[in-house]
Amino acid sequence: MAPRACALCENAKAMLKRPKTGQQICRECFFYVFETEVHNTITQSKLFQPGDRVAIGASGGKDSTVLAHVMKTLNERYNYGLELFLLSIDEGITGYRDDSLETVKRNQQQYDMPLKILSYDELYGWTMDAIVSQVGRKNNCTFCGVFRRQALDRGAAMLNVDHIVTGHNADDIAETVLMNIMRGDIARLGRCTAICTQGEDTIKRSKPFKYAYEKEIVMYAYFKKLDYFSTECIYSPDAYRGHARAFLKDLEAARPSAIIDIIHSGEAFEVREEVKATQRVQQTCKRCGYISSNELCKACTLLEGLERGMANAGISDRGRKQLELQGPAPENLRTIPLFKLPSGNPTVAIETTP
Amino acid sequence: MSLDIKVEFSGGLELLFSNQRQHSVTIPSIDPTTSEPTRLQYLINYLRDNLLKERLELFVENDTVRPGILVLVNDTDWELEGEGDYVLKDGDEIVFISTLHGYAGSTIIPGRSIAQ
Repeated sequence: MAPRACALCENAKAMLKRPKTGQQICRECFFYVFETEVHNTITQSKLFQPGDRVAIGASGGKDSTVLAHVMKTLNERYNYGLELFLLSIDEGITGYRDDSLETVKRNQQQYDMPLKILSYDELYGWTMDAIVSQVGRKNNCTFCGVFRRQALDRGAAMLNVDHIVTGHNADDIAETVLMNIMRGDIARLGRCTAICTQGEDTIKRSKPFKYAYEKEIVMYAYFKKLDYFSTECIYSPDAYRGHARAFLKDLEAARPSAIIDIIHSGEAFEVREEVKATQRVQQTCKRCGYISSNELCKACTLLEGLERGMANAGISDRGRKQLELQGPAPENLRTIPLFKLPSGNPTVAIETTP
Repeated sequence: MSLDIKVEFSGGLELLFSNQRQHSVTIPSIDPTTSEPTRLQYLINYLRDNLLKERLELFVENDTVRPGILVLVNDTDWELEGEGDYVLKDGDEIVFISTLHGYAGSTIIPGRSIAQ
């Protein structure tokens, strides 16, 4: 095939076919349209206010590495006036997270952003390695997911930021829409396409890459030669998401717009009022103060199960009942420190650049 | 006549190829199965049959690379180069980047892997 000129500048050689539009464009135009689309997503959704302190949830993987790069670029180019931080959660997975955190530490220097690392060990007294040695490899992703969500909020509160941004991309969101449909999870289906979530008791959280295709994120990282870490978690048997992902990739191969189409379908779902009325109201956990749909939040339930040697307590209703039969939680039970929304000054020292 | 091709694997794919990112391969310039100039499809089959060490199904599916693996021909998206029909030239650089998760076990199909 003869080389084609870029559909945008009509000058340089086209190097990429955009999955969203089918346009064939050159490297420089690709950088420009990719960054501009993220900028448009940010401005149209009014994600930030000048002066906002924003934490980028950074895992060292491709999505969050590209997000950190693009947030820095756009903040400077369009004078958003944001103060940017990197926030990493150390789950305590030897051979995986310790390596990826090295990448985040390099990103800290490359992007000149302050970095805070918060570990499961510090917050919960358990590393994922220790959890897996107790619970095995069946429900370990439940622990990790619940613990990570809280840890990000708690890390953000320590940094005293107004906002957390995460690298979730269009493929991730389309996958989640499919999973929620297949599981019949109406509550999550109703909210999983929201670009920004904020409750009264949580820190604002948003996804600037909501409409960015994974293919373009990977190409951006490749062309820019960004430093990222691409080994999968050694404990990751999240088979359900794996199936949704493989299915979505097959759909994309047949029709690339499928990903954005599924997101639009997800956005168009309206949950009827009488269905909404049956959903549980949010409250705060009586033990740690974190937002919860039960008296005890999921993380406190999981932690109590671990501490009392009954790890299933937080996984199944049966496990919960068994735990209750053993009597109330002992006085000296290890608990998660009380959650407070940020107000005033940061309560922690951030990592210093070596 | 033969072609020297530089091959690079990243995004986790290197784990299937002896945990080595860069490889140099020498393949015939005329595809012995078709007697025509060698195309990228031949290289994919060659890599599958000669360099792939494990988990065949994570690299190929239905005789092409698995959906979710990006292929670059001299830094250009292979979708602009005719994909598997691209006719290889001596010195070409072919990059395979996985965008998929699940190397640790989510999509293993038992019985199809060629090594454990």
